[in-house]
Amino acid sequence: MLADKDRIFTNLYGFESPGIEAAMKRGDWDGTKEIIAKGKDWIIGEMKESGLRGRGGAGFPTGLKWSFMPKETDGRPSYLVINADEGEPGTCKDRDLMRHDPHKLIEGCLIAGFAMNAVAAYIYIRGEFFREAEALERAIKEAYDKGFIGKNACGTGYDFDVYVHRGAGAYICGEETALIESLEGKKGQPRLKPPFPANVGVWGCPTTVNNVESIAVAPTILRRGGAWFAGLGRPNNTGTKVFSISGHVNNPCNVEEEMGIPLKELIEKHAGGVRGGWDNLLAVIPGGSSVPVLPKEICDTVLMDFDSLREVQSGLGTAAVIVMDKSTDIVKAIARLSEFYKHESCGQCTPCREGTGWMWRVMERLVEGRAEKSEIDTLLDVTKQIEGHTICALGDAAAWPIQGLMRHFRHEVEARIDAYHAKAAE
Amino acid sequence: MSTAPEKFVWTSENEKAAQAHIAKYPEGRQQSAVMPLLDLAQRQNGGHVTQEIMEYIADYLDMPAIRVQEVATFYTMYNHKPIGKHHVQVCGTTPCWLRGSDDIMKTCKSKLGIEKGQTTEDGMFTLSEVECAGACVNAPVVAIDDDYFEDLTPETMTELLEKLAKGEEVKAGPQIDRQNSAPFGGPTTLKGDKGEDA
Repeated sequence: MLADKDRIFTNLYGFESPGIEAAMKRGDWDGTKEIIAKGKDWIIGEMKESGLRGRGGAGFPTGLKWSFMPKETDGRPSYLVINADEGEPGTCKDRDLMRHDPHKLIEGCLIAGFAMNAVAAYIYIRGEFFREAEALERAIKEAYDKGFIGKNACGTGYDFDVYVHRGAGAYICGEETALIESLEGKKGQPRLKPPFPANVGVWGCPTTVNNVESIAVAPTILRRGGAWFAGLGRPNNTGTKVFSISGHVNNPCNVEEEMGIPLKELIEKHAGGVRGGWDNLLAVIPGGSSVPVLPKEICDTVLMDFDSLREVQSGLGTAAVIVMDKSTDIVKAIARLSEFYKHESCGQCTPCREGTGWMWRVMERLVEGRAEKSEIDTLLDVTKQIEGHTICALGDAAAWPIQGLMRHFRHEVEARIDAYHAKAAE
Repeated sequence: MSTAPEKFVWTSENEKAAQAHIAKYPEGRQQSAVMPLLDLAQRQNGGHVTQEIMEYIADYLDMPAIRVQEVATFYTMYNHKPIGKHHVQVCGTTPCWLRGSDDIMKTCKSKLGIEKGQTTEDGMFTLSEVECAGACVNAPVVAIDDDYFEDLTPETMTELLEKLAKGEEVKAGPQIDRQNSAPFGGPTTLKGDKGEDA
């Protein structure tokens, strides 16, 4: 188990004040000027050495992402945008980071912004997180009042602003180019790439979009060294991670743990175990709603990191662990996710707009068993026609839960169809 | 007897707030403020936006009215018809569903005597189902106005609605004895050694 001394978010649960004085006692804003004085190349180098992979779901190396930003300006300003549009079902970690440890994020904005020559950071927070946005605004004001951000931030001679932009209820804005559109005051519909945001992002300017957690861990990584972070977890899957454990466990919770922790250990040590004991486990969605579900046999031994979960045809995603015990109607659990994706499709690409609704309607019939078995293959075929054929990954995200269901629980769906037909024949 | 509705204009306080929002964005990019301004106007107008408000904001930001309307209809948090004094938004997505959101919804329906999408006759409550509220380890979750109410049971949900109906104070956050997202019964980490680089 990760030692407390290696935990970054020491106020995850809000036992202490989120205010700047308490945050400074916890180590925030310590030596920020010195970190910046070491220069952009040093900062990006340390971030690369840390092995940090983006914490928003895709797992792209953070240091590398920062290095894509133009070194010299062509006259256009550069921007850092923080993706705080947390909405992937199962995920609620950034909420805690923003309401209880906001100074880690704000300090991270300054350092990351400096490393990529940005003039400002915009924190795009989901509209429903009203209190969390208030907490951020309070913390930003405190940081301005101390001279940590704004003109001559931390006495470095570097000017940097941080703003909060509230969303208004659209999961799709968690997709980085949809988020950029939304920040420009438009509908949140993803853009085609290229051009990538590092070349043409918000207001046509170079932009990097990073998840809250990816930025909030940066100051601690730079204080303690990339090697420290890289020494935690497993190669290519380094560091600590905030996990959200929800569903049928005795004590659902958020917890910061080491990457690569066995799923079973994570659930038993921190979430009080599966309701009714480990043997009562049916399945786990290990990384937020978009990643395929895993049956108990795999959960027995799988490790919680990017590569381990990819090997079992799922993913770490946002590390949101949704636990389902044997009482669960697994078909309905997945059908409810299909409804979610139907609701959240932005409607721009036909395969997703039409496909998410179509898949949901079929899934609803499968919940009852009111279908033919041949429709399972038709449904899988449709998921394949959506996956990879849309501008953004929402289409993929809608397809994968159904593919995961059929991979591991096809027998359950077939049994339900048999039962429905048997009853109809009576 | 009804009088013609007053024309929508910012209150002087909201005029300042609107200008502060616009000032966050680079010059000439005032369209970026359309979302915060719609939210501000909705609050000023008692919970929903109208065609007139959308046109007012379009003029205010010097953008086509259709662009404002597109935004106002794309995002779910803008209401286009009057809502109750309290907007009860029950999360029904899988993590909440696994922990009993169906029972919470049923409780709300029977207690309020309305269906999803309806408003009580006295104008006190509007009931909605929302997609993932992003507080899954505190499921089931209901957002009421700007606050989250977490770890609900049909009993605590009933109590909450009764208190709101009477205009009594309610406490947001977990409705059981629990520190935010920490495990029930107390944290398994961060219990003493708060080292870091402090």
